[in-house]
Amino acid sequence: MSLQEELRGPPPAKLVVDQVSKWFRQKRQTVHALDDVSLEVAEGEFIVMVGPSGCGKSTLLDIIAGLEKPDKGRVLADNQPVLRPGRHRLVMFQESALFPWLNVFGNVMFGLKLKPGLRNRERREVAKFFLHLVGLEKFQESNVHELSGGMKQRVALARALAPNPRVLLMDEPFAALDAMTREQLYGDIQQIWQKRRKTIIFVTHNVREAACLADRVVIMTPTPGRIREIFEVNLPRPRDFNSIEIARHASKLTAALKGYLTPEPVVSVE
Amino acid sequence: MRRTLLAILFFVALVAIWAALVHTQIWSPVLLPSPRAVSEYLVNASRDGTLFSASGVTLRRLIVGYFIGLAIGLPLGLFTASLKFAEDTIGVLALGLQTLPSVCWVPLALLWFGQTEGAMLFVVIMGTIWSVVIATDTGVRTISPIYARAARTMGSGSFHRWTRVILPASLPHLISGMKQGWAFAWRSLMAAEIYVTILTGFGLGHLLHYGRELNAMDQVIGIMLVIVLIGLLADKILFSPWERFLHRRWGTGRT
Repeated sequence: MSLQEELRGPPPAKLVVDQVSKWFRQKRQTVHALDDVSLEVAEGEFIVMVGPSGCGKSTLLDIIAGLEKPDKGRVLADNQPVLRPGRHRLVMFQESALFPWLNVFGNVMFGLKLKPGLRNRERREVAKFFLHLVGLEKFQESNVHELSGGMKQRVALARALAPNPRVLLMDEPFAALDAMTREQLYGDIQQIWQKRRKTIIFVTHNVREAACLADRVVIMTPTPGRIREIFEVNLPRPRDFNSIEIARHASKLTAALKGYLTPEPVVSVE
Repeated sequence: MRRTLLAILFFVALVAIWAALVHTQIWSPVLLPSPRAVSEYLVNASRDGTLFSASGVTLRRLIVGYFIGLAIGLPLGLFTASLKFAEDTIGVLALGLQTLPSVCWVPLALLWFGQTEGAMLFVVIMGTIWSVVIATDTGVRTISPIYARAARTMGSGSFHRWTRVILPASLPHLISGMKQGWAFAWRSLMAAEIYVTILTGFGLGHLLHYGRELNAMDQVIGIMLVIVLIGLLADKILFSPWERFLHRRWGTGRT
């Protein structure tokens, strides 16, 4: 298999979240994390889920990843029920979750080594390709602790992209970074998404980030976690994080969120 | 270079103070032999081979016992960290037995195994296992769960996850546990050798014991020096490479 063939990979997946509910039973109380959540995601779509903490957005992401099981309902990836984590749906976490016992190259190779049907030489080529894509080919021998926060997240992105998953699940991946680095990564992620079509589900509590990245923004509210509204963002790409249109969309999202979060919720803001 | 020089200077000064104290003749030379007497003993003991054969016997017991202890302690620690039942049983047992000074195993070992090599090994193994179990257990427990989650999403199965994620992730704890286990093994073996005469081989502990019986203080101090030296060398050879690796990769700890 040539590098080009390997990189072409499988097409992005279609996802269906079908009436998913989830409870977390704790010692004192039971938390209703998700209540009858349904969502359809098209192949190659960029979905951003926004909401205050506790709205169940990370839980939903975990369920789509297969890391958690729903108490009710199901998730389908290309019409196949998701029962366990799998390498077609890779997750990028808020902390980079890079393995400190491996160097940068070893981290990118980790998922590739678990992918069957490749020779080791090909795996190394693929790893190098993705390190180049995130602009870190010079750092492949570096240790994780030597990298800055933004570089770590870039390595994590390369590690998640390298096995060529059909879905990329991103759980507040840029939340811990400084503003400058974050804005740079918005550009990178849009570029990479356009080049290497993936279905992306991206979780954040930053509405501007949502407006900048999403095809559709899913607004969630807590106790219990529910999807309240879905906004389409029809702006050309690549989008500039600091543009007026993004700001306008973001303030619309904020208004909607605030509307749902007032003690006596108003019906709709739009 | 500067650090090495300073260290050498320190030890030379230590010996000089020792020699000066001997020179004052406050203590009888029977109680405080001169550095020269001690080094003469060491040279003679090396020439006639007793020192090397005793060190060999001791090291063989130590290494065999230590690695058996490690081979038992490591899986037990993984076991207690991953199973509630094992935590409540083996975990508690390990915690209790770790507080038991290893010399306390000697009477039991003697009665069970008699004056044999088996008794020695038993004491060393008992000295090693429990601290290794506890260190492994803590190591596995303190790993951030995010590593295992990340590995699972990349398709890592449970065996792969144990060997490629959980074990390497707990390496810093494992190394310090192995180091502690080594220290305990060394201590328990010396206690056993001083305490028990075994006809299958005289170790350093025995030489120390006979030094006392014969009032040969040069021998006592000489052997003590050898014991310290072996401990130091073991640390450098067995653990330093690992610690350097940890330092480089994790960016923590000392060089």
